[in-house]
Amino acid sequence: MADPKIRIERVSKLFGPDPQAALPLLDTDASKAEIMEQTGSIVGLRNVDLDIAGGSIFVVMGLSGSGKSTLIRHINRLIEPTAGRILVDDTDVVSLSKAALRELRLHRVSMVFQNFGLLPNKTVIDNIALGLRFAGATNSRARDLAMEQVERVGLKGFEKQYPRQLSGGMQQRVGLARALATNAEILLMDEAFSALDPLIRHDMQSQLLELQADLKKTIVFITHDLDEALRIGDQIAILNDGSLSQCGTGEEILLHPADGYVKRFVRNVDRARVITVSAAARKMPTITCAEISIDKIARLLSAEDAQAVFIVDDEGQPTGAISATSVAHHTDDSYWRDPKHVLPVTRVSYDTILANALSDVAESEAPVAVVDERGRMIGAISRQSALEAMAGTNGPSNSAKC
Amino acid sequence: MADNFPDLIDMRAVRSAIDGWFNGIVSSYGQALETAFLPVLRLLNGIEDFLLWVPWFVLIPVVALVSFAATRDWRMPIAVIVMLFLTGVLGLWQPAMATVALMLTATLFAIVIGIPVGILMSFSNRLQAVMLPVLDVMQTMPIFVYLIPFVMLFGPGKIPALLATIVFSVPPLVRLTNLGIREVNPEVIEAVTAFGATPMQKLFAAQLPLATPTIMAGINQTTMMALSMVVIASMIGAGGLGYEVLQGIQRLDVSRGLFAGLGIVFLAIIFDRLVQAYGKRVQKHLEAGNT
Ligand SMILES: Nc1ncnc2c1ncn2[C@@H]1O[C@H](COP(=O)(O)OP(=O)(O)OP(=O)(O)O)[C@@H](O)[C@H]1O
Ligand SMILES: [Mg+2]
Repeated sequence: MADPKIRIERVSKLFGPDPQAALPLLDTDASKAEIMEQTGSIVGLRNVDLDIAGGSIFVVMGLSGSGKSTLIRHINRLIEPTAGRILVDDTDVVSLSKAALRELRLHRVSMVFQNFGLLPNKTVIDNIALGLRFAGATNSRARDLAMEQVERVGLKGFEKQYPRQLSGGMQQRVGLARALATNAEILLMDEAFSALDPLIRHDMQSQLLELQADLKKTIVFITHDLDEALRIGDQIAILNDGSLSQCGTGEEILLHPADGYVKRFVRNVDRARVITVSAAARKMPTITCAEISIDKIARLLSAEDAQAVFIVDDEGQPTGAISATSVAHHTDDSYWRDPKHVLPVTRVSYDTILANALSDVAESEAPVAVVDERGRMIGAISRQSALEAMAGTNGPSNSAKC
Repeated sequence: MADNFPDLIDMRAVRSAIDGWFNGIVSSYGQALETAFLPVLRLLNGIEDFLLWVPWFVLIPVVALVSFAATRDWRMPIAVIVMLFLTGVLGLWQPAMATVALMLTATLFAIVIGIPVGILMSFSNRLQAVMLPVLDVMQTMPIFVYLIPFVMLFGPGKIPALLATIVFSVPPLVRLTNLGIREVNPEVIEAVTAFGATPMQKLFAAQLPLATPTIMAGINQTTMMALSMVVIASMIGAGGLGYEVLQGIQRLDVSRGLFAGLGIVFLAIIFDRLVQAYGKRVQKHLEAGNT
């Protein structure tokens, strides 16, 4: 990866009376419970290495107590690490002076909280202006800048209200606007949408994605919810008892869970909504129009144990298919050279989400051809391979690292 | 009376040492202290003079209006008018105003001292550990004990009465300020910190405003304790309603004591309701903001 925006280097955090004493145990295979028993220290994070690319949404997942909040709070040093380094744009956050840390929080890193963390005694606009006021902006200037964010998050008309007068979703938009108002490049969101009901949560995700398309912030987003992670995350990291289990794109995690813990996470997910057709595609034999002969077709079908042979043109683009079941009925080479007799093929682009190709797979008699950006055939999805992909019974495991 | 506990140490010596030490302070600093507290006396007298200068037919409606503004309930001003009017009718207007002046001044000083001390306490666990037992002692010590050193330092009069009242009434405010700040929603504090607040910005933007209902409860308790001190304070020359009660006791004058007692109750009710209503309003304002 090119220079990451945020780099977490072997960060460990122990809570307890003597964290340093327990530190060596982190490198052994003692479990969190054993470390607790032996030293009285609670493992918050354990040798975590992560690179977070600028301009992306990086999601951190894990069960309750796995260290997600602890991790995100290291980035703006609400929590000090017991060991390790945290770099933000090559600034070593841990060694910052009080004043420099304050600068970082005022201008470079902002945060959105699960229960909003708004000031109940201040109006919406003054809540949004909070960071600007702390940075020393005059009241009227801070309000002007805050007003831009009010409009951005769609709260116009509510700026004079108090937080308690707003619904949860609206309160969190205030939280979001407050974080955007300081113009920080990094946005930390600790379960920012977890307190909202599902419909509002979905809306907020959409709004975040829209804003992100526009603003290209570096967002570190914590969630319990795999569907949310898969929807908004460019990269997903999974924490288990303070250690990093796996890090990769949603598809990588679904297709190749690194361990049993990750597997349990992804077990109930609607895979069709996440994986692309490429992951469900099988290699299919191809043949050019000129090459068509019954012998060759039969050989290809049996050699690759395929359901169909695809006819491709000179560019490699699929034009038709001959299925294994129908080839037996006509043993005449010229019959199959006639485009009228071959099955039509439906093509889908390789980066299509599987769910969006399912109706094609269901309707098409031949397997659906998966093509690259130039329209060349990569493979095809039969009904069977689509089902296998959704059930997660394909592919060997290989864990990707961030 | 026979005392069956052996004399392990000669307590007379200890006592005379303490007394001697204190007498030393009195003789060397008494005069200076008296001068130092002269402005306080002037303030107290100023408030009392002002309350007596305002005609009763102005003061009663003003208090009634304030009480309506605080409670938004029309029953409150009616009760205020009736109670204040009765106080006047009972011939207690002048002592009542003296008592109010003493209570207001004591509360004012209790606020000026108590809130900052409570804030400091909330910042430091160590200070809290030291202060909590001190506050316990201050609150359980019989009220009369406070009178002794103050009378010795200043002689009978309003200043020792005021100081004893402050010392007696400040602990709940310190306690509740500390508690209120410590109980502020930690997520709000975290948010404010994450947005780069300095400790002062944190205090004034988040901690104090969110602790206001608890601090108001502390102020309320302080006013009530100050009022309860007035009878005792009158023994050392504070005057006011307490003095009337005292006269009632000394002359076995039931009606005099009873009426003055009623006057104190009226004042207590009015102040209690006013401060509480204000506290509740602040609380309602703050509640539900963070679910
Ligand atoms: N201040 C603290 N003192 C002691 N232990 C702590 C502290 N903060 C966190 N921990 C412990 O560190 C571990 C990680 O906590 P953390 O809050 O980061 O988990 P999380 O993944 O955010 O969980 P959740 O999903 O419940 O928010 C937990 O075992 C927790 O008990
Ligand atoms: Mg958490």
